[in-house]
Amino acid sequence: MCFRSKPVTYRIFTIRTAKALKLPSIRAIVAAISSEIRDGSEVRERTVISFENVAYNYGGGELLSEISLRLAPGSFHFLTGPSGAGKSTFLKLCYAELLPTAGHVTIFDREVHSLSRDEVAQSRRRIGVVHQDCRFLDHLPLAANVTLPLTVSNREVSGQDLGDLLTWVGLRHLADAVPPSLSGGERQRAALARAVIVDPEVILADEPTGNLDWEMSLRLLTLLVELNRMGKTIVVATHDLNLIRQAKAQVPARVLRIRNRRIQLAGADL
Amino acid sequence: MIVKTVFTRLLGGDRQSDRVVPPSGHTAWLTSFTAGAMTFLAVFALALSLAAGRMAERWSEALARTATVRISAPPEQLDLQTRVVLDVLATTPGVENARALSDEEQRKLLEPWFGPDLPVEALPIPRLIELTEATDGYDAEGLRQRLAAEAPGAVLDDHTRWRRPLASAAGRLRLLGIMSIVLIGGATAAMITLAANAALAANAQVIEVLRLVGARDSYIARAFVRRFTIRAFGGAMAGAVAGMLCVLLLPSAEAAGGFLTGLGFTGFGWLLPLALPVIAAIVAFFATRRAALKKLRGLT
Ligand SMILES: Nc1ncnc2c1ncn2[C@@H]1O[C@H](COP(=O)(O)OP(=O)(O)O)[C@@H](O)[C@H]1O
Ligand SMILES: [Mg+2]
Repeated sequence: MCFRSKPVTYRIFTIRTAKALKLPSIRAIVAAISSEIRDGSEVRERTVISFENVAYNYGGGELLSEISLRLAPGSFHFLTGPSGAGKSTFLKLCYAELLPTAGHVTIFDREVHSLSRDEVAQSRRRIGVVHQDCRFLDHLPLAANVTLPLTVSNREVSGQDLGDLLTWVGLRHLADAVPPSLSGGERQRAALARAVIVDPEVILADEPTGNLDWEMSLRLLTLLVELNRMGKTIVVATHDLNLIRQAKAQVPARVLRIRNRRIQLAGADL
Repeated sequence: MIVKTVFTRLLGGDRQSDRVVPPSGHTAWLTSFTAGAMTFLAVFALALSLAAGRMAERWSEALARTATVRISAPPEQLDLQTRVVLDVLATTPGVENARALSDEEQRKLLEPWFGPDLPVEALPIPRLIELTEATDGYDAEGLRQRLAAEAPGAVLDDHTRWRRPLASAAGRLRLLGIMSIVLIGGATAAMITLAANAALAANAQVIEVLRLVGARDSYIARAFVRRFTIRAFGGAMAGAVAGMLCVLLLPSAEAAGGFLTGLGFTGFGWLLPLALPVIAAIVAFFATRRAALKKLRGLT
């Protein structure tokens, strides 16, 4: 395969870039943020998200069927499949934007159908989501959008840490810009910063590198790997095989593939 | 208590929540205008019902405390029966005083109908005795029976017959005023609900983003509720002040008497219109909250 030797090159390149930019470690940033916003009342569950014989349809034919899987705390999964296979749908089931039409989805040991609306909101504060279409509040500056998950739960983060986080995703100079003026890649990085700022236990990223150049994709991957090493559960929907290879070199990531409405664990051939 | 809830909700709640919803153009204007116009009308309805209330009270009071005994008898018996009736009244518990009207006074009463030159003495006009009740009142039926026994020509007229319709007309006018205020309140709630729904629809995307980052319904609702309540309060305050100014500037033609000049506020009554903006704020608070929570429950 032609790209077998590439990852190493890129990895070195990434490290060089990070050093050249004098980036603070994301581990330090997230640790600093978490010490500010944690209230100490949270209990960590054994299973983060689990699917039991789940099916979903948008009203027409079944899009996903017989899905049973369990995301252990601290695991790293990629989700692949052709466009339209239901990757985004799967992620939406993971944070209760959609409810399964059959079977049971359990988030932090609670069946989603049994959650009240406030409990759904509460669960979402423990899950950082990078949406494929990166929706923002267009009237607020980028910095306010990134801190929005804290704002809605009446928490705050210091300007220093916010600055570090924005620097990490390369958006510090755009802190005061409004989202409509950002490029696709900038929006995705902002969405990632917004997902990370709550110090979530789970991070769901829907094609986060779709609009990013390779260098930025790698930086983002490094961030996800770093977060995973801190114990966070990560699911990344992508069809970027290079990215998957790159990650597998750094963490024991598993690959889930959607095929014929089912989700399978992909073999080592990938 | 409701007022306290509203204000702690609004002022105690963070202003941050206000910022997450973009400032909206025409719904803001519509809300303030509606609240202002409706409060302006409510000030007049309030003035009307207060004036009607005062009128009803005045009439009942004035009429309830006096009564008349009319003595129709042949001229030779008239003086005798008048004396008998006065004696009876003097010994009736609950009658404060009684007094026969002089010829002069009777002529004055008849003057509007027959002119000044009426020879009262020469006509078989009944003699009138005016009595004033003590505060406890007297037993009208008992008095009637005693009079019938001792002075057959005497008839007690205690005004209830014509006092009642007058007082009840004034009472009904007051009720109309109160009903108008309630209707104005209902119309304001309806208009604000429409405006709030328009604002919620215009901000569907914002609401979606807020839900996705873990905002509770109550947080999202508060952003709208706070805004609409403040607008309604501001508009209503302007409407109330304008309405009060208009009432203040009504011509006060005391001499002309009658109903219209009674339409002002008196004393502490001037504070009542100032309660209207608070009521408008409460109405806006609950109307917006209801609309917002209903809308939000429809989303995932
Ligand atoms: N809200 C919706 N209503 C109806 N069909 C939808 C909706 N969202 C997605 N779909 C359909 O479901 C299928 C899977 O969509 P999606 O989960 O976004 O796929 P992927 O992310 O893998 O590209 C697509 O065919 C898409 O057209
Ligand atoms: Mg998708």
